[in-house]
Amino acid sequence: MRWLLLKDLQILRRSPLVTALLIAYPIVLAVLIGFALSRGPVEPEVAFFNQVPPGEEFPFGDETEFGQVDASEELCSRIECVDVDSLDEARSKVESGDVLAAVIVPPDLIDKLRSLTSLDPEQPSVQVLVNEEDPLKAQLVEDRIDSLVTEANLLISQRVSDQAAGYLDLLVEGGDFSLLGQSIEILGLKNAARILEGIKAELPAGERAAVEQVVRFADLARQNLDLAVPLLGAVRQPIRVDTESVAGERPTLDAFAIGVAATVTLMFVTVLLVAGSLALEREENAFARLTRGLVTRSSLLAEKIALGVICSLVVTLVMLAGIQLFVDLDWARFPLWVPAIVVAGAGFAAFGAAIGGATREVRASSLLAFMVSLPIAFLSLVPSGTVSPFVFDVLEFVTALFPFSPALDAITGALDEAGPSIWVPLAHLAALVLAYGALARLALQRFA
Amino acid sequence: MTGNVAEGARASRAAKREAVIEGRDLVKRFGERVALRGVSFEAHRGELLAVIGPNGAGKTTLLSILAGIRRPDEGTVSRRPGEIGWIPQQAALYRRLTVAENLRLFAHLEGVADVDATVEEMLGQTALGERRDDQVGTLSGGNQQRINIAIGLLARPAVLLLDEPSAGLDPRQRERLWEFVLGLAGGGTTVIFSTHNIQEAERYGQRLLLLADGERLFDGSARALHEAVAREAAAGARAASSEDFEAAFVAFLHQRGH
Repeated sequence: MRWLLLKDLQILRRSPLVTALLIAYPIVLAVLIGFALSRGPVEPEVAFFNQVPPGEEFPFGDETEFGQVDASEELCSRIECVDVDSLDEARSKVESGDVLAAVIVPPDLIDKLRSLTSLDPEQPSVQVLVNEEDPLKAQLVEDRIDSLVTEANLLISQRVSDQAAGYLDLLVEGGDFSLLGQSIEILGLKNAARILEGIKAELPAGERAAVEQVVRFADLARQNLDLAVPLLGAVRQPIRVDTESVAGERPTLDAFAIGVAATVTLMFVTVLLVAGSLALEREENAFARLTRGLVTRSSLLAEKIALGVICSLVVTLVMLAGIQLFVDLDWARFPLWVPAIVVAGAGFAAFGAAIGGATREVRASSLLAFMVSLPIAFLSLVPSGTVSPFVFDVLEFVTALFPFSPALDAITGALDEAGPSIWVPLAHLAALVLAYGALARLALQRFA
Repeated sequence: MTGNVAEGARASRAAKREAVIEGRDLVKRFGERVALRGVSFEAHRGELLAVIGPNGAGKTTLLSILAGIRRPDEGTVSRRPGEIGWIPQQAALYRRLTVAENLRLFAHLEGVADVDATVEEMLGQTALGERRDDQVGTLSGGNQQRINIAIGLLARPAVLLLDEPSAGLDPRQRERLWEFVLGLAGGGTTVIFSTHNIQEAERYGQRLLLLADGERLFDGSARALHEAVAREAAAGARAASSEDFEAAFVAFLHQRGH
């Protein structure tokens, strides 16, 4: 087996394209992931055309104002605002793809906002232009702007309800109210009831009952209006979210992203290498010569799996070392990385051997490896809740038959303490190694 | 003294005639199709045995059973596959390895005692010493076939099987190949080769094993085949076969309904 392994490594060394791919693939992937993780998400560029006259504000009572400067700063902290000077310019930038969308604030926005507290309210609106050529981008921008508008609505509703609560308080407790620069004193229900209570005893018995009724009404109104204040608070945010984790900690998003990248690298390098290497034995007509007594089919399979494990370990560690340049990895967990990569590599290698055993040419084996591996990787990454429970159960069952899903769990668990335990996925992978090893052995017997 | 010499010569001839490999009642089926129908034969030391026949006759099946690549459904072979050198029709070599690396790899796998010495010997025998560091993929088809044969000889087998050895070679390469093979047979190696080329079988095969539809139709020299055709033509009051061996071969098959 040693001589076969050396032979395969020598052939790899003499195949510049494959070797370059084996070296370049993890490095490129590491650099891309490193950049992506270290730079953080880039805000989408959105054209912003504000037609509201400068300095115009939306007042809330005496002191509170909803300033357009504050609003635009809030908006532009969430998206990359590109200021434009006209509706046509905004439209042109969206059409040409220079920006993902445009937000048009009409000149009467503040007036309409003001009208919300008047007897003749008009609904204020902003216009959003989206380029629908790319449905994914359009959805992203729509979601982002919807979320911003919802937040703005919530903010305004909070401030309006705060103001309304103040008015209610004034009505109940009494106090000063400023209107058009003049201070007006409001008696308040509580004071009115107290005054009426005071003069009630001096009234004749016949009129006392009527005053008693007014006092009771004022008392009842005060109590109900007292209740209205917390009710207003509840209405401005009807549902509050309290999140509680009930199934252990989750790995960081960085660890998960690195785990996915490492598993994808492992999968492609190992499956393609082992499937191609085994198919090459047939393509070079050497298979029959080897297996007529020089080596057993099982030894040949073991050699190919060993080749896959060695190469995948080196390539994955190179990739992780590359990512380390951008993101801090927990190297104290290295003793867990190695078994996770080795066993995951063995799983992919056995899978590759089954493919290589069933094909006679390297090209056919590569094509088959791609055709099977890629969809399985995608299906393994489908999160629960995005499809119906039945479909998710089917997906879980199907993906459990392939090494990607347990390999991802094992590697993520090895990378991050908060990740899943690595031992169950390692046992799962060990079972898959045996199953695919047996399939590969059968394929070599059947298709030899 | 004279008697002793005569006895020695007889013993020597007997040793030479002693079967080095023997196949008995070999049967091979692929599903419903019977590829070999109880074929028996033997080959002697230093003999060149040509296995000939039309397409689908069972030539490659017979050689692959002798090589141990396939197992017969019935019958026996007197030697184990490990004792037989096998040269597949298409060169079974790693094209990205050099000539010397290919020889060294298979020498290690064959368990050859002195790998370096054996590799040097094979390089000398194939006259490819100067190209030892060239990748096999860069060699001509003829040179690749010589390396292919050299690998089959690494374990110094008493019997060498060649499946269509000259297929795809130009006349000059064929000539060199047969010089090499004749040299091996001259050194005592028993060579069993299959071929479609009837002239080649007549020219180099000391004995012919003619198969058709998995049956052994003839086992003897080319001359004996000619004579058999002529005899049967005379018995059937038909024109005797010409001197052309290929015509005799075709006539022989026709006479037996193939």
